[in-house]
Amino acid sequence: MTPLFSPLFTTEGLAGVVFFGFILLIILGALVATNAVNLIRAVCGLALCLVGVAGVYYFLGSPFLALMQLLIYAGAVCIAIVFAVMLAEPHGIKRLEQKHPLAGLGAFGAAALLTWGLAALAFRTTWPEAAARVNSGALEDVGRGMMTTFLVSFELISLILLVAIIGSLVLARRGRR
Amino acid sequence: MAELPEIFRVMAYVGGIMAFVGLNAAFLVWMERKVAGHIQRRIGPKEVGPFGILQSLADGIKLMSKQLVVPAKADPILYRVAPALTMITAVMVFVVIPFGPALVARDINIGLLLIFAIASVNVLALLIGGWGSNNKYSVISATRAVSQNVAYEVPMLITVVTMVMIVGSMNLNEIVGQQGNLLQWYIFPWNGSILLPVAFVIFFICSLAETNRAPFDLGEAESELVAGFHTEYGGMGFGLFFLGEYGHVFVGCALASILFLGGWQCPFGWMPGVHWMMIKTYLLIFVVMWIRWTYPRTTLYGLLNLSWKVMVPFSLAVLLVTAAMLKVF
Repeated sequence: MTPLFSPLFTTEGLAGVVFFGFILLIILGALVATNAVNLIRAVCGLALCLVGVAGVYYFLGSPFLALMQLLIYAGAVCIAIVFAVMLAEPHGIKRLEQKHPLAGLGAFGAAALLTWGLAALAFRTTWPEAAARVNSGALEDVGRGMMTTFLVSFELISLILLVAIIGSLVLARRGRR
Repeated sequence: MAELPEIFRVMAYVGGIMAFVGLNAAFLVWMERKVAGHIQRRIGPKEVGPFGILQSLADGIKLMSKQLVVPAKADPILYRVAPALTMITAVMVFVVIPFGPALVARDINIGLLLIFAIASVNVLALLIGGWGSNNKYSVISATRAVSQNVAYEVPMLITVVTMVMIVGSMNLNEIVGQQGNLLQWYIFPWNGSILLPVAFVIFFICSLAETNRAPFDLGEAESELVAGFHTEYGGMGFGLFFLGEYGHVFVGCALASILFLGGWQCPFGWMPGVHWMMIKTYLLIFVVMWIRWTYPRTTLYGLLNLSWKVMVPFSLAVLLVTAAMLKVF
């Protein structure tokens, strides 16, 4: 075996290769999402990016969160967006050609600021050791956490969802009569 | 013997699963045509090989030898990606299906969730396939398929939550392991909740609708929509949609047999193994085909009403009754 392929023959090496695959997926997806010609392709890029994020969650030791990310974001949110776009404009909305001359510069500045902020936050926080977090993403722990420590936020989120459902029902109902 | 590197195990399972998905689809196409034939008092395919069993092999060679044409006005990338995505999701859900006590590619703790997470991405494939073809029939069909899938995912997941409450695990091998003999199957009302047979019926109907099978195949209503979301596909593009569909049918039936009928366990307690899993799953698939060739197609509103007004309330009732019974007993 050549040295180039040798990492493929250990479990850790294989995991590393898969990890970089996910990172590539995130970057590629983000590029497609921002540079695509039409909206549907952009949503597909977003889905790709979210799958990559799910993979990173898996590497962080919380497979439950990874699968939920897949189920909710790739499986539901992206489909809802594509569905809405298809209903509104069957042939897709083409990218607007005119843009402000300073738009690119402003976007770059905002992105740089955001990156700097996130990086500062990430480097200043003292993260818990990986060993302390083994199995922290297990299903039982997530359930217990939701019903004890985070009960108030859990209930508040379900209240918000209820309001959203009733609101959409009211809006849909109004067009009917 | 030294332990082989992990990559060989991965490659063996990937190859095995891909081969199984292909063979399964070939077999199911043949079986579907035979079942349809006998239900309609014909004999179905009979020329290629004994009982026509090589017919789908011949069909496959024909599909593979066809030229891959991308329609001029279609979105060339999405048009190509969609069939592959269907196939990818179909292969990935097989990863956690326990065919036998030790024959499972990845025995993870939340296998049940993995199947639903990945199967939900399949809808995206239908959607971008329908949209990418740039054909009005495909788009209408894709929107129908999505509204149907979203509607039936709700009662299906509620039923699955009920099952998880009874079993106390999302590990498919553990779920099978608890159903040692016929009396312990979760389809019977004495195993935790009095409404378990109802849960099975809801789960089965929802898996029919989720895989776009008749009588819920509105996405492929030939009389209105030509061939649905794969109208513009020919050759292996169409072939991959077909492989994916039969893969998902198999997974749906395998999941029903794992959750309710004891998976690889034998009903009488002797010789558990792969053959029992296969027998149960293919019997359920036979029922699926039987339903397809017996009942006429429903209407779209009938289908959505069935989900939101019948399935959802019933599955919620099952959930509540089960929770109450688990708390009391």
